[in-house]
Amino acid sequence: MRHYLVLRVIAKLVIPFMLLFALYVQFHGDFGPGGGFQAGVIIAAALIFYAIVFGLPTARRVVPDRVVETMVAAGVLLYAGVGLAGLALGGNYLDYFVLAADPVHGQHRGIFWVEVGVAITVSGVMLKIFYLFAGRRRADDEA
Amino acid sequence: MVVAVVALALQRNLFAVVVLSGVYSFLMASVLVALDAVDVAMTEASVGAGISTALLLGALYLCGADHTKPLHRPLVPLAVSLATGAVLVYGLLGLPEFSDPQAPIHRHVAPRYLEDAVRETGVPNVVTAVLASYRGYDTLGETTVVFTAGVGVIALLRRRRGEKAGR
Repeated sequence: MRHYLVLRVIAKLVIPFMLLFALYVQFHGDFGPGGGFQAGVIIAAALIFYAIVFGLPTARRVVPDRVVETMVAAGVLLYAGVGLAGLALGGNYLDYFVLAADPVHGQHRGIFWVEVGVAITVSGVMLKIFYLFAGRRRADDEA
Repeated sequence: MVVAVVALALQRNLFAVVVLSGVYSFLMASVLVALDAVDVAMTEASVGAGISTALLLGALYLCGADHTKPLHRPLVPLAVSLATGAVLVYGLLGLPEFSDPQAPIHRHVAPRYLEDAVRETGVPNVVTAVLASYRGYDTLGETTVVFTAGVGVIALLRRRRGEKAGR
């Protein structure tokens, strides 16, 4: 894919907008369609597109494996952490009403962080699976 | 969609099969939009048509095969799928009519969600409210499932590489 100039230019133009759209889907999920899962998948899709056009090593330099693996676990921990925060503030597990002085505001805050957790895990897992799939042939060649 | 499915079933070129299943996913997403399930449509379009097509193409590249052998006896699988389809259609007959407001599913908890979600959570998109708040435990479980799937793939593919390095 190194030589497709048009593809490279278009990819450079489009990927920032894909990431921006993912953020829109993430943070506007309260008001319109979308949410953490969709946003996570769109982020992963943008990065996979980048990896396909510019090559896996470049993508691995931009988003290293260590970061991706951390994301896989960090999202679930964030979600579970929101639940524990509810416990710590005197509510039930995953009780958002106690997260802020105003219950409705607390709900908002809880949903926001939970969705962030979902997005992080989903994009991490998708990206990791792609990395592992795409990196296989290289590993076989080296062996 | 029917055209895509028939072409999928007849096609022996795996590359075309992958692309056609992406097409099918996009059509399915349009159907879901028509049914007003925008959140699901978005997921279908991004996961079904986007990521899984990319992953399947990657798998195809790894296998290095682009044609399947024609099945020797398609009759048994055909009979099994026809029987399953018949059972599903028979089950459909027992369901309430499409978009019947008196159906049990619309009278259980759905009215409470629709009426109280905005007031209780301050989130206008009821789908998000239900997913993240009312069904918070379910979504936590789902996220854990995604996490487990990722860890499983890492464990499987990592080990192969480790064995190679050990030799």
